[in-house]
Amino acid sequence: MSEPRIVFDNVSRFYGEVLGVNRVNLSIPPGITSLVGPNGSGKTTLMNLMTGLIRPTRGTVSVLGIPPGRPEELFRKTGYCTQFDAFPKGLTGFQFIYSFLLVHGMVESEAARLAREALERVSMMEAAGRPVAAYSKGMRQRIKLAQAIAHRPTVLVLDEPLNGLDPMARAETIALFKQWGEEGRHVIVSSHILHEVDRISDQVILLSQGYVVAEGQIQGVRSEVKDQPMQILVRCDKPAMLAARLFEQDHVVEAKVSGDGKGLLVRTHDADSLYLLLNRIVLDNGLEVEAVAPADDDVNSVYQYLIGTEGGAA
Amino acid sequence: MNWSQITNQPWMLWRRQVAAILRLELKKSLFSKRAWWIYILTLGPVVITGLHSLINGDGHHTIGEDYMIFAGIYQVYFLRLGIFFGCLGIFSNLFRAEVLERTLHYYFMSPVRREVLAISKYVAGLIAAVVYFTGSVVLSFLFIAAHWGPVFQQYLMHGPGMQQLGRYALTTVLACIGYGSVFMLTGVLYRNPMIPAAVVMVWENLNPFLPSLLKKFSVIFYLKSLCPVSDIPAEGPLAFLVTATNPTPAWLAIPGLLLVSALLLTYAAAKARKLEVSYSE
Repeated sequence: MSEPRIVFDNVSRFYGEVLGVNRVNLSIPPGITSLVGPNGSGKTTLMNLMTGLIRPTRGTVSVLGIPPGRPEELFRKTGYCTQFDAFPKGLTGFQFIYSFLLVHGMVESEAARLAREALERVSMMEAAGRPVAAYSKGMRQRIKLAQAIAHRPTVLVLDEPLNGLDPMARAETIALFKQWGEEGRHVIVSSHILHEVDRISDQVILLSQGYVVAEGQIQGVRSEVKDQPMQILVRCDKPAMLAARLFEQDHVVEAKVSGDGKGLLVRTHDADSLYLLLNRIVLDNGLEVEAVAPADDDVNSVYQYLIGTEGGAA
Repeated sequence: MNWSQITNQPWMLWRRQVAAILRLELKKSLFSKRAWWIYILTLGPVVITGLHSLINGDGHHTIGEDYMIFAGIYQVYFLRLGIFFGCLGIFSNLFRAEVLERTLHYYFMSPVRREVLAISKYVAGLIAAVVYFTGSVVLSFLFIAAHWGPVFQQYLMHGPGMQQLGRYALTTVLACIGYGSVFMLTGVLYRNPMIPAAVVMVWENLNPFLPSLLKKFSVIFYLKSLCPVSDIPAEGPLAFLVTATNPTPAWLAIPGLLLVSALLLTYAAAKARKLEVSYSE
């Protein structure tokens, strides 16, 4: 049996004359998938389409086989933490989560238990009795997250979930995402904090101006960017000698010795040939290699190559 | 019984969901700062009729005249203004207020059929409207002749008073059902409820001049014939507001109004299924 997926089939969405997303074809497997792109690139539109908050102008969406037009089925399995920073008035954190679990149709005892469990997961138990209106930005973000996960969904859609969180809460939240991804859930995250996305994502979807410009595992996406030479960092005992040997190759466009004299940053159009050559040089010249690692197969680099702007906050 | 068991029994699930939505909605519909003007609409006649009793304690008129005046107040103020605009405020805001407050998505992100959501919101609005306006009508009815003391008690207990009060209350409930369904639909269909409200108001007031078939597509057509006092002496250009031209028998008026309301509500629920969350436009 094939694994359940979130599928976009030739989906377009226009807001009047304005393009939201265009001709999106995606098949998202379980695990953590990050949506990356500048403001207005279509990340939130894609998430809203996935959850039925808006409808496609063209094409179809299905989430684990369920069309988003059937919220009564979709949201039994899906939780969505939106960017909207607004809450029903007059409710405490606990009441907020509890009330909407009752709207799911749960009995009171089950709703109360799940509400407490969700609050504990986002470390909000202490503030649960206070009105949401009195919460800080970070607390409001966490209570939204708790509301999205309270019914234990298998698909989590999280729009900028790290916004407003302090470093400790951010680390805890990322650990939660990892855990959910490892449990085989779909975790769809949009974030502009690229190095954090890079750390947790199983796959990325890069968006620009409403189009998907790349998708897949980040290393795979990087290797598809043919016009930008790959950067490979080699830590070894004789970087100058290595640089001289590498420059004999046509595919090597740059080799730069690092400041400490123990590293060489190589830019090449053919990484596979470089690795083969490196093996030969090691054998022929007795080179002692400490480490070899790609230096630009992270989200930030790919983002810059494909979208052409600086990829978000540190 | 846990959630997964409940989800296998649709009627039980819907009943629980309606109850949960009512809990959230009634707080908003009954006790809201935004509804201050509805409180004024409902308290206004209560205060005026109360003052009438205080000031006219030894008035030179009859209790029958008081209730003829009440019949006029009921048809002109309650039906044409108070309940009409009160229902406009309550029902057209059931979805719209949540769009303005950017909280509608919490309902849309719950596993609830949109039809169940729409009907639950309608019922919450209806409870609020009935509490406000039936309360106001009943209190005004009692206050307008309270100064008659034993004569008033006699009129109420052994005369036509209690039956009249019952019919006013029933007509008020039906008015809330009818106008509620109209404004629920306009609230779902339009972002700005004022233009459709103006159209509905013109349509309702044109009712006496419409062909008999078109008259049936109006709430006031059914309500006027249910009022206990139909032959209010009235003159001048606005006399048509209180005169029932082709009175419909109650056995036809009540099911007719309920049918029209059910049709409107069904359409509103179907439209709610297509609603999108769009706060910025």
